[in-house]
Amino acid sequence: MKPPPFAYAKARSVAHAIELLAADDARLLAGGQSLIATLNMRLSQPALLVDINGVGGLDHITLRNAHIEIGALVRYAQAERSAEIAQAAPLVALALPHIGHPAIRNRGTVGGSLAFADPAAELPACMVALGAEIEIVGPQGQRAVKADDFFKGLFETALAGRDVLTGIRIPVASGATRVGFAEFARRHGDYAMVGLAACAQADGKRLNDVRLAYFGVGATPVRARKAEPALADGDVEAAVSALVEDLEPPDDVQTSGAVKAHLAGVLLRRVARQLGRAAS
Amino acid sequence: MSQRFHEIAITVNGEEVRERVDARKTLVDFLREDLALTGSHVGCEHGVCGACSVRVNGAVVRGCLMLAVQCDGARVDTIEGVADTDEIADLQQAFVARNALQCGYCTPGMLLTAQELLGRSGVPSREQIRAHLSGNYCRCTGYQAIVDAVEAVAKTRAEANR
Repeated sequence: MKPPPFAYAKARSVAHAIELLAADDARLLAGGQSLIATLNMRLSQPALLVDINGVGGLDHITLRNAHIEIGALVRYAQAERSAEIAQAAPLVALALPHIGHPAIRNRGTVGGSLAFADPAAELPACMVALGAEIEIVGPQGQRAVKADDFFKGLFETALAGRDVLTGIRIPVASGATRVGFAEFARRHGDYAMVGLAACAQADGKRLNDVRLAYFGVGATPVRARKAEPALADGDVEAAVSALVEDLEPPDDVQTSGAVKAHLAGVLLRRVARQLGRAAS
Repeated sequence: MSQRFHEIAITVNGEEVRERVDARKTLVDFLREDLALTGSHVGCEHGVCGACSVRVNGAVVRGCLMLAVQCDGARVDTIEGVADTDEIADLQQAFVARNALQCGYCTPGMLLTAQELLGRSGVPSREQIRAHLSGNYCRCTGYQAIVDAVEAVAKTRAEANR
């Protein structure tokens, strides 16, 4: 189908975008790889699209001392090519090739993925696993929200109507950092049926600060908080058993909740091996 | 400036075009309906099938997931332009030689997407070719012949560049 009629404005700056968002039914347009599809299907009918693609200063990848900053308009393809991300945020580098297809990654943005908050998307779960912070600018100024607090519900985030997500801050991986990523999708590039993003800190034979963030199993990325300490102790099977308490995947168009629950265990064993903690 | 209709200037296949467009018009509809460049096809209209693939500022994108109004000031290359410059003549010949198309609906998008992969250094593996073309659907060939054609061109070009 074709999109319903709407007005369009190009924002010159973040402040200008916030000003334009004061109009009724205004939506931000970044990469558009989800938004324009929903317009074509007439699932959303905004009165105004505020295009931020021309706003300068939002496509940077900057390595600071303790964290790496990724601007909201950094496109997946740009992030895939980034040596800084490969080194400082290896979990993101692992996840990127799973997102859509090359043509989608040429256009889709890191910030757009987080702001849209599809429950089956890869990057939101990565941000939760990494303990990243989301940088937001709104009419009242600037603030940062932890990824754990950012995803509120189905396609619902901490962003208010006139907020602009400007970037993310991810703690830089150290020599002790271990990451793992795996997902099941019917075809490469499809949204996952179930996926898992994981991060931990190795300490001799132990793992500390294990963070397991599942996607495709609920309305938001879901931390497996019972499985995390079990995996830290090195007991992979106990961690898999604990998933029963952690996850309650609903049925969806792709598969049943029971299949998702089973696959979540399979993914945990795979990711545990990546984290270097599988019983040999 | 919050309005429905906008004047845009786009360089399409090397020629500057000035048009007044409705904000809701997608890039691929603009190319087909306003410029009569019907080589870019419209398939699913939600970014899944790849039939509408075009290049914007050198990168292959979905023509159905970009608005024409967003392309103001951009350089757009369609299959017509890329074919006219002979940039993909060898790839086109390989598709014909190996029967890598039947109805031809996916072919323009397939060629542009394959050309993007072939522009990188080295000869891609069949796995890499399949992964790169994973967002371009073909309902006729079963992909085997397409992968064969892309692989053959990758090898020939690598030889020629030695």
